[in-house]
Amino acid sequence: MDTSEDILQQASPDVVRGSETGRAAKAARLSPSFVSWLQAGPMMLVFLAFFLIPLVFVVIVSFWDYNEYQLLPAFSGRGYTDTFEGCIAQLPDLCTIAKTYLKTLKLCFLVWAITLFIGFWVAYFLAFHIKSKTWQMGLSLLCTIPFWTSNVIRMIAWIPLLGRNGLVNSGLMKTGLIGQPIEWLLFSEFSVVLALVHLFTFFMVVPIFNSMIRIDKSLIEAAYDAGATGFQTLVNVIIPLAKPGIVIGSIFVITIVMGDFITIGVMGGQQIAAAGKIIETRVNALQFPAAAANAVILLVITFLIITMMSRIVDIKKEL
Amino acid sequence: MKEGRPRSFYVLAIFFAAYVLFLYGPMIAIYVLSFQGPQGGLTFPMNGVSTYWLTKLFQGTGIVDLGAAFRRSLLLGVIVMAVTVVLSVAAGMAFRRKFKAQSILFYSAIASLIVPSIITSLGISLEFRIVDDLIKAHWNENFETSMGLLTSGLGAHLTWTLPFGLLIMFAIFNRFDPRLEEAARDLGATPWQAFRHVVLPIILPSVIGIGLFGFTLSWDELARSSQAIGAVNTLPLDLQGLTTTVTNPDIYALGTIISAVSFAVITLALGTIHMLNKRQAAKGSDAGKGLV
Repeated sequence: MDTSEDILQQASPDVVRGSETGRAAKAARLSPSFVSWLQAGPMMLVFLAFFLIPLVFVVIVSFWDYNEYQLLPAFSGRGYTDTFEGCIAQLPDLCTIAKTYLKTLKLCFLVWAITLFIGFWVAYFLAFHIKSKTWQMGLSLLCTIPFWTSNVIRMIAWIPLLGRNGLVNSGLMKTGLIGQPIEWLLFSEFSVVLALVHLFTFFMVVPIFNSMIRIDKSLIEAAYDAGATGFQTLVNVIIPLAKPGIVIGSIFVITIVMGDFITIGVMGGQQIAAAGKIIETRVNALQFPAAAANAVILLVITFLIITMMSRIVDIKKEL
Repeated sequence: MKEGRPRSFYVLAIFFAAYVLFLYGPMIAIYVLSFQGPQGGLTFPMNGVSTYWLTKLFQGTGIVDLGAAFRRSLLLGVIVMAVTVVLSVAAGMAFRRKFKAQSILFYSAIASLIVPSIITSLGISLEFRIVDDLIKAHWNENFETSMGLLTSGLGAHLTWTLPFGLLIMFAIFNRFDPRLEEAARDLGATPWQAFRHVVLPIILPSVIGIGLFGFTLSWDELARSSQAIGAVNTLPLDLQGLTTTVTNPDIYALGTIISAVSFAVITLALGTIHMLNKRQAAKGSDAGKGLV
């Protein structure tokens, strides 16, 4: 972005000189920084009121006390102690919260690995094998359209396929491959991962595709001319150059899955515990400080993962 | 590499086709199932073909007040769309030159995009609860709540749509030719005239893209609405509520209707973008060709 920013900078209409109309003169009196504030201010206010201040409240309320009915605005660590209840006493067994986070991380890792694999090859196909711009546009649109439609519908769409009497089971029964319906197809970890992959591979495809179409094709030809095999070109040229897209996509997928409670709820048959679901359960029980404490923990873990991931890129960039 | 297609092309083409099938297959399944006969169940095979479940939804005998939720979602979607377009274009213009707090705004937008939705949602609900408590304590004991569709709900949706809008604006101005605007100024245009007659027509296709994001993201939004919308539900929330109790195909019928609105909006937006691009191509410069 830097270079184009410089160009835009030069062209910025800070002062309109030489124009004679009154309106122009009036506009020229507005200082550029005032205009910038006027333009960017409203969006800043929305983020302040509905994102930054709420985050501060999450942290504050996580240290408040509560009883069965209401929030008590007095300092207390109860939100956190309730969350980690029995964690030390139970050692070496893992307590509920630790198990839940491990399970969330496991789901996260599975979804990340699968979406990365699919996303990478789909983006690769679109970027390098589709030569016509129109086709490229059309096919990437084809991948994008489901993103614009309802997530819940795309989740429940799996029910007629995976259910006990669903298409997959009845198909397998008819061919005689199985004698009884497979039970773990729906309302299981399997269906959760499947639905998450179905919903969020989009977030991998788009950024990876974006980095790939920026790769100068002559670099790839140069690699071939220098005698590299297809695989060597992939590993030494394409993957390093597509890395920013890979990392951005990964950050999206990981943060979404870490906080997800809807897909895990619907596709897990409300049976699978996950980090996001703890928060939802606590809110439903009106235990807001405990919900907030869990939100803070989730936030910290998500932040750590993102920091780790952005490290990977920066280090590689400097090499 | 030049002649014929390499074998990898065919392997990846099959992989891509399989991915598209995976993407659309299940969705098509429920669209088909919403046309079950009156005796039909939640799974295949079809038990007759009818529009029974679709009409049943509109008769209002279903489990949710579809009409009201539909109107609420539509109203919120349109407002979110309008606000997202205006604020994104304005902020996008601001980012073309350096200003203080630039990086704060940029990082707020990115953070808003990647902080898990449930946390944003919880935060907004806590914020409004605290405001409610303050009002009750200091002004009006009988005050109910300040949470609602167009207060906390609108805010929650904007934290999701504005980052997308801003990122699209960055993409637009990355390939915008500033000489066009300079030319307008040299001819004596005021900043507003330059924006209205030069910049806006060029970026218009992408601005429609922002509107498309604004509306559809709000129309289908669930996670951020879940805690922050107050007493009333939007359509996706009603639909999610149904998933645990439902035994009839009316849930698929509802899904089909929600998707139909999404698809109508997508088609309308893409059609308009296409038309504008064509007009731009016909009238000359290709600067600012649509992003979406």
